[in-house]
Amino acid sequence: MAKQISVFLENKAGRLSHVTRVLGEAGINIRALSIADTSDFGILRIIVSDPEKAYRILKEANFTVSETEVIAVQVPDSPGGLATVLEQMSDANLNIEYLYAFLGTSGNDALVIFKVEDIEGARQTFKEKGIPFLDEQKLYKL
Amino acid sequence: MSYWDREKECMPREDIEKLQLRRLKETVYRVYAFVPSYKEKMDRIGIKPDDINSLEDLNKLPFTTKQDLRDNYPFGLFAVPMSEVIRIHSSSGTTGKPTVVGYSKRDIDTWAELMARALTSAGASRQSIIQNSYGYGLFTGGLGVHYGAEKLGASVIPSSGGNTKRQIMLMQDFGTTVLTCTPSYALFLYEVMEEMGVSPSDLKLECGIFGAEPWSENMRREIENKLQINAFDIYGLSEIVGPGVAIECPVRNGLHLAEDHFIAEIIDPETGETLPEGSSGELVISTITKEALPILRYRTRDLSKLDKSGCDCGRTHVRMQKVLGRSDDMVIIRGVNVFPSMVESVLLDIPGVEPHYLLVVDRKGTLDILEVRVEVSEQVFSDEVRKLEELGATISKELESALGISAKVRLVEPKSIERSEGKAQRVIDRRSI
Repeated sequence: MAKQISVFLENKAGRLSHVTRVLGEAGINIRALSIADTSDFGILRIIVSDPEKAYRILKEANFTVSETEVIAVQVPDSPGGLATVLEQMSDANLNIEYLYAFLGTSGNDALVIFKVEDIEGARQTFKEKGIPFLDEQKLYKL
Repeated sequence: MSYWDREKECMPREDIEKLQLRRLKETVYRVYAFVPSYKEKMDRIGIKPDDINSLEDLNKLPFTTKQDLRDNYPFGLFAVPMSEVIRIHSSSGTTGKPTVVGYSKRDIDTWAELMARALTSAGASRQSIIQNSYGYGLFTGGLGVHYGAEKLGASVIPSSGGNTKRQIMLMQDFGTTVLTCTPSYALFLYEVMEEMGVSPSDLKLECGIFGAEPWSENMRREIENKLQINAFDIYGLSEIVGPGVAIECPVRNGLHLAEDHFIAEIIDPETGETLPEGSSGELVISTITKEALPILRYRTRDLSKLDKSGCDCGRTHVRMQKVLGRSDDMVIIRGVNVFPSMVESVLLDIPGVEPHYLLVVDRKGTLDILEVRVEVSEQVFSDEVRKLEELGATISKELESALGISAKVRLVEPKSIERSEGKAQRVIDRRSI
């Protein structure tokens, strides 16, 4: 399991660069990111090297921030790798709210961040099916 | 229950009305003799001071409007020579020529009495430490409250508006018990307290007396919960005297309007017709003791209603309902009257939504568009787009059922809506008509 930081952003010029600058100046590295956007606003979701610090720094900079539990799954970096994982999750009736890919890799595997409704259920399933996922500390240090 | 001047505040209604008639007649004679503008207006409709023989005759008299003050800029409506005027206040004049008001020595003293009554009604006393965060200067809020607080014998901190961090430091260090400012500034103070890590429970604040802009009951609850105080509404306007024209008592079922100095009426803002007690309409006030600037039947543009029935606090002066809108704050959108306070009320009924909002009115083609900007607080924020869109849709639906027109809700970042240190700006009208 891992902590994702989510940030509310208005859809206007300069907001994303402002968030990333604030993080950069605090020495926080972004490990993975995705943006969900609508016509008026966006939600920036990031995995960072130090989530607690990132949360504090962004709050101080007047951003609306939240912490969300997500899970970082190691997916074989080969054709059909993600499909296999998704099929197994579907078989286990795990609802995925969203997912996005990690910027780097872990050994030979790609990393995909999953936000699921039932995070405990997901952990169980991954364990049973032998799908590896990364623990928090290892993830932040990648 | 404590009173500043029990005899006057709890005077039998019959005596109030006798006193009002006597003072009204004096005022009418005086303005007819000394203020050319009043004489001209009365002559034009054929009314002589002798025609006023009962309080009902009041509606024979012409109205006074903000425009009259502008037309007679700066001192044309004064009824005393300048040697008798000891204070001049003025509006900022952002919407036209400023309106200028003058006070004789007795006027200043009356005003201080009214403010001392108001402060007492809200629970302040000689023991209170009153932090007065209304702006000092040409605006009547600062000095008006200040003189009343001194008359009361409380300790006044004349902190004026602005410099919010210092305001909070003063509250901590001086042990402020009573806060006076606009309701929107009270909420802003709370936000800054949060940022500074100051909890209201560490302060000695007991009550706040808030006015100078309309605010809803939901806003009151919000302020009371956050600042952990009792919040009282105070009413006043510089054209009449300034703050202290009316004040809530602990019963908080309307504001007692000082009837020994003013006469209140409710009129239909369209036709100007006087409406019976209990009707909603525009509040019209006549001053009956003012020397320097007596004003007959001033159109306040504030919407309210009056109730002369007894109050559990023992005060007998008429209660005006909390002003929820001004006819000039009102925006007409697709033919529907919309007050910012209606929007505020809707927002505060939705858990987690903050009362920081802005109405932006625009016109696309021939259609008016209302956009309501609402700040996304941490309580309502979600990492899922769907949930935020649901929030927007909920607000939009609630607004539509309360206002009767559709509104587009735009979720914006926290603190992106400008905070005011005085009167909050709630509406931007971009329609060019």
